[in-house]
Amino acid sequence: MKRAFPIFAVLTALLLSYALYEALVAAPTEKTMGDVQRIFYYHVPSAWTAFLLFLINFVASVVYLIRRSHTADIVAVVTAEVGVVFCTVVLVTGPLWARPVWGIWWTWDVRLTSTLVLWLIYVSYLMLRRFSTSSQTPLLAAALAVFGALDVPLVYFSIWIFRSQHPQPVIGGGGSIDPRMLHILLLNWVAFLCFAALICWSRYRLERLRREVEETQALESLLEPRSLR
Amino acid sequence: MSLAAITRATLAKDLRLEWRSKDAINSMLFFALLVVVVFSFSFDPNAEESRQIAGGLVWVAFLFAAVVALNQTWARELRNQVLDAFRVAPAPANSLFLAKALGNFVFVCVLEALMTPLFVVFYKLRALGPAWQLIPVAVLGTWALVVNGTFFAAMSIRTRRREIMLPLLLFPISIPAILAMVNATTAILTGELSAWFWFVLLATYDVVFTIACLLLFETVLHAE
Repeated sequence: MKRAFPIFAVLTALLLSYALYEALVAAPTEKTMGDVQRIFYYHVPSAWTAFLLFLINFVASVVYLIRRSHTADIVAVVTAEVGVVFCTVVLVTGPLWARPVWGIWWTWDVRLTSTLVLWLIYVSYLMLRRFSTSSQTPLLAAALAVFGALDVPLVYFSIWIFRSQHPQPVIGGGGSIDPRMLHILLLNWVAFLCFAALICWSRYRLERLRREVEETQALESLLEPRSLR
Repeated sequence: MSLAAITRATLAKDLRLEWRSKDAINSMLFFALLVVVVFSFSFDPNAEESRQIAGGLVWVAFLFAAVVALNQTWARELRNQVLDAFRVAPAPANSLFLAKALGNFVFVCVLEALMTPLFVVFYKLRALGPAWQLIPVAVLGTWALVVNGTFFAAMSIRTRRREIMLPLLLFPISIPAILAMVNATTAILTGELSAWFWFVLLATYDVVFTIACLLLFETVLHAE
């Protein structure tokens, strides 16, 4: 297990470099948007990765509420943190792409706004974890994650009434995409997923160690004879 | 005692406390009044276009004022360890939650009833659509704010800087409800669009989150 981590890290680095080459050099240039469109290979995979991480966070939170398992809680912390990072990437690359293509940085369209609200919900989730003084932080956080998940469809439908300026979903949305572009997009997504998994893995080990240290310190302070203090 | 009886007793206690001290209602009223005055500087309150933004303005004032009441929901029970007494009492946790949520609902409704005439006078508001529809908007919207607000207030008393934590938790989750309230109000005031879609959304939001609160409140109350 200890050796697996560096091997996986090297593999991820190789995959990311290959995906970067494919996206920037090998991929065909889009007809109307030109090279700007290449940000697509970062924007979309980041979005999918972020949504997947938030989904895992929700599942882990439900598992925590039912079983009170520490592992589920650590998974929830880790996926929320990394998810917020990827969601931030989406929110930053989106306007960078929109400005030359749509002529505006931001539009209050349904998917943009929903992603922003999702990001807000998860930032408030991380803040709750940070500011909580209770020993039951995992429980409060898990409850908030459930509320957040219930909120997402409502957010989406409430903003849906505004006209959408965003392109239709590329996959399964009836939009057309060059098969070569699709291939590179999926390659980039796999690379991003590996990258996310790598960060989550390392963060998971860190959080696990942090909790062990905390527990040991608590035990030691109990065992320590009073006269020594 | 049944759930209804305990709820009624707790609610009566809270209302009596508020009736005698008038802490929450006074601070809410003054706060909302300040918002009305401050907003009047940012645009011409007599203009015909003010009708377009009045919906957002009214609800922002009520939202911020409601947080004042919500913040002290549980803080009041921390003194003299009342909350600990509730935890060990054999009473169902949900009766406590319902009583608190209903209490806040009453406070915020009173605030709205008192503030609406002021808004009408200061901003020369006159609904071009069916004005009676504003009542269901107010009822559904207030419950949407108050039910989650009461729940999150119970969470935020376990944090540092609890006063600031409540809006941080409540506002992102409330976005669909706020959007629905504001748009329904604007639709009624301008009389251009139907508010039907927003009613359905608000009602769905209320049902979903009332159930979620009732299912999770006991866990959160005992989390200490």
